[in-house]
Amino acid sequence: MTEPNTDVIQGTLDLLILKTLSLQPMHGFGIARRIEQISRGVFRINPGSLLTALQRLERSGWLDAEWRQTENARRARYYSLTRAGRKQLEVEASTWNQRASAIARLLRAEA
Amino acid sequence: MSLWRQVARGMRGLARRADVDHDVDDEVQHYLEQATAAHVARGLGPDAARRAALIEVGNPTVVRERVRDYGWENVAAATVGDLRVALRRLRTHPGFAVVAVLTLALGIGAATAIFGAVNPILFEPLAYPHADRVVMVSDTRGDGSRLETAYGTYLEIAQRSRSFAAIAATDAWRPAMSGTGEPERLVGQQVSASYFRALGIPPATGRDFVDTDDQPGAAKVAVLSAGLVARRFGGDPHIVGRAILLDGDPYTVIGVMPRGFDNVLESSADVWTTLRMNAHATFQSREWGHHQTIVARLRPGVSLDQARHDLDAIARTPVTDFPRPAWASLSSGLLVHALQYDVTSGVRPALLAVLGAVVLLLAIACVNVTNLLLARGAQRREEFAMRVALGAARSRLVRQLLTESLALAACGGIVALGVAAAGVRALVALTPAGVPRARAIGLDGRAFAFAFAITALIGVAVGVTPALRASREALGSGVQRGAGRVAGGHAATRRVLVVAEVALALVLLVGAGLLLRSLDHLFAVAPGFEPAHVLTMQVDAAGHRYDSDSARLQFFTQALDAVRAVPGVASAALTSQLPLSGDIDSYGIVFQNASTNGGDEGAAWRYAVSPGYFATMGIPLRAGRLIDTHDLPGAPEAIVINESFAKRRFPGRAPIGQRVRMGPEIDDTSRSWDYVVGVVGDVKQASLAADEPDAFYVASGQWPWVDNVQSLVIRTRGEPAALIPLVKRAVWSVDKDQPITRVATMSELVSRSAAERRFALVVFEVFAAAALALSAIGLYGVLSGSVAERMREIGVRCALGATRAQILSLVVREGMGLTLIGVAIGLAGAAAATRALATLLFGVSRLDPATYAGVVVLLAGVSAVACWIPAWRAARVDPSITLRAE
Repeated sequence: MTEPNTDVIQGTLDLLILKTLSLQPMHGFGIARRIEQISRGVFRINPGSLLTALQRLERSGWLDAEWRQTENARRARYYSLTRAGRKQLEVEASTWNQRASAIARLLRAEA
Repeated sequence: MSLWRQVARGMRGLARRADVDHDVDDEVQHYLEQATAAHVARGLGPDAARRAALIEVGNPTVVRERVRDYGWENVAAATVGDLRVALRRLRTHPGFAVVAVLTLALGIGAATAIFGAVNPILFEPLAYPHADRVVMVSDTRGDGSRLETAYGTYLEIAQRSRSFAAIAATDAWRPAMSGTGEPERLVGQQVSASYFRALGIPPATGRDFVDTDDQPGAAKVAVLSAGLVARRFGGDPHIVGRAILLDGDPYTVIGVMPRGFDNVLESSADVWTTLRMNAHATFQSREWGHHQTIVARLRPGVSLDQARHDLDAIARTPVTDFPRPAWASLSSGLLVHALQYDVTSGVRPALLAVLGAVVLLLAIACVNVTNLLLARGAQRREEFAMRVALGAARSRLVRQLLTESLALAACGGIVALGVAAAGVRALVALTPAGVPRARAIGLDGRAFAFAFAITALIGVAVGVTPALRASREALGSGVQRGAGRVAGGHAATRRVLVVAEVALALVLLVGAGLLLRSLDHLFAVAPGFEPAHVLTMQVDAAGHRYDSDSARLQFFTQALDAVRAVPGVASAALTSQLPLSGDIDSYGIVFQNASTNGGDEGAAWRYAVSPGYFATMGIPLRAGRLIDTHDLPGAPEAIVINESFAKRRFPGRAPIGQRVRMGPEIDDTSRSWDYVVGVVGDVKQASLAADEPDAFYVASGQWPWVDNVQSLVIRTRGEPAALIPLVKRAVWSVDKDQPITRVATMSELVSRSAAERRFALVVFEVFAAAALALSAIGLYGVLSGSVAERMREIGVRCALGATRAQILSLVVREGMGLTLIGVAIGLAGAAAATRALATLLFGVSRLDPATYAGVVVLLAGVSAVACWIPAWRAARVDPSITLRAE
């Protein structure tokens, strides 16, 4: 049990996806790779969870999805942020920041 | 907007399943390709890159399934799939399916039928506005029981009490209608002007009664039921204002009640008129007889208790404005009950007992089906283990199993509707005559909703234990081949359930046994007359031809002579009231020198009879003489009283020759005394169970008036029913226009008088038989399962030299052990539960040892048979075969 816990904390996956897509539209693998890179490998995304989350966010109206032709003439599903999604990102980011700073304060007080 | 998206995307998913699946496949595939490409870019060879990508992504099938599961349309689709699997399973195991569905259908159907009967009678409010404010008021006997009220008492209450927004007196009325079509005797009521206001339902057309309609000598007016207008007047919309002939008098129709008006006090009433009674009548008049039923509506804000206090105060403080005769002194107070309570009080104990019985039956059915499902769960252990190994989540298994049990319950529920429809028909046929609101019995929307709700509830209830257990085991045991050999917790749960079944069945059986013995005891009660070979019917003298006492007396005398001349008639007589027929007619009687006159002068049954009544009924003479042909109008009045009455009033003294005054003449001291001339045996009047035998008999012509409705009693030489047409023709030979009603043999009346108990008994017998069968099936199922699981053990025992007898006793002991535990628990349960039956029992204690012993023997016997079959199968086990099979 020495392996670090790399599961995405329940509920933060949405935030990560929204943030990643706020830069530019991406397909599923691109999102997973970007999250891994930026988090320097802390978060490893399970594709099953990712694709299901994309479906859910799309249903909620925060993402748009469309099939595009890639450079090697292959169909790929690209996701982009909608206006509602952008608002949702702001909301989730600010809640996350509140929580993170609260936890940080608690940890400091403990020490 | 997001809701719209949800729906739209879901619909698309359902409509274009293949496209959506293809998209998911494509996306997952693309993901895999990208991952592979990323590894290639890092320098791996194509095969190694692909392998690395697969490790990273995981099983693509699982990923696809996860993505596909998202969305309501997929939940729906999965449920449909589960349902299909469930139904296929039921089809491929028809034996299990039939037993389970029939068991559930029996339980749900019986419960729905009973609900359909009990709910409208006991629980649904009466169909009046603010029905909870409608109450009944009545006078009481010395023992606190209910007594019909005198009109004079009604007037005093109406004017002195402050609790009621409206109060009305009502009296039965059976007018003969003539003039249009065949003469017909109608069921009706004479009521105070405020009757419909007390109920809160005014006529639909025309006007309500007003106070001036209810004065002596007022013009005769009538309100009709919608049913009568449709039946006799072709639904005439202009019936209001027309005159109709009732008992030979013209009545002006002033109103028609709405269709569906539920007149619970007299549910078949078709016509109403006012009482037109005299507010200042003397005590000797009809106004002071006990024959009014009083219904009232509480003022808003006045509670039932406040009304009781109000009436108590009135009863305790007589005022000079309202003089009271001795027989209506209100010394025992007044009764006030909610109308619904009052009209249903007779059937309430039976209906509640039946409701309890059906709950027990339903519980047994559920336990039985749970047991079947558990047994099947054991058989399917390997299937579940396989599914878990293939990646099914526990919640998925539970969902599948619950879907199966719900499907089972739904099938049971559908069949149950048939059972319930048949059950309701049977209940309606069984329902004692005179049960209020019996017409409301049926399967309405509420009954269907009830059936639906318990079906769903049962689906979950019977499914949840087996589902949780099966899924837990599947997770625990894996695909071990040996899992089948572990008897484990399964068997323990099933044993507990069987014990519960036996206990529940025992409670029902004890209930049925006690009711059966009560009915036996009841019919062993001597009614005081000989009912065999006696035919009875009610004869009227209606119309103005019979306005005078002498005309009525002449009609009845002639009719009686004509009946006596009918071949096959051994003897015949007339009486003003007939035992066990529902007639209730009592008058005051005082003795000059009685040791005690009691405080209840209102309460002795009055029989105005023709000579020969005692001989025809078979009522024995104890002392003195009977009423004979010399007791004519004008002769000294001869009174016959019954044995226990005489003993109580004249202990140790001869009652013959005692001076007596009766009925309306009781306070008339100007009259000379009458004399007791004879004493006869006690007769049951109200019911076989009731103990209120005080009665006096007087010759029809010597009572202050001649009753215009009398009952013929005819002792026949052969089968009494065969004489009905001849006797009717004989009466009609005197006057062909007189209605004849309530034709019945005396034996029928005797058995009908126990109708409530018989109703409860039949239901209990049917339910107890079903419970016995279900618990035997449950026991058999558990033992069969246990024998099947222990085949190997039994084989080993045989191989080691156990005899067949030893194997037999091994299994039988197990089964009988369970039965005995169930019996012990059931006995305790029955001892507690039969408290609810107390009012239905007669002549038998609710802890009657004989009944309990008999039930235990019966249950043990049936259990022994259920044990014997699997035991016999176990004893035939061939060790060489079972051991080799492993």
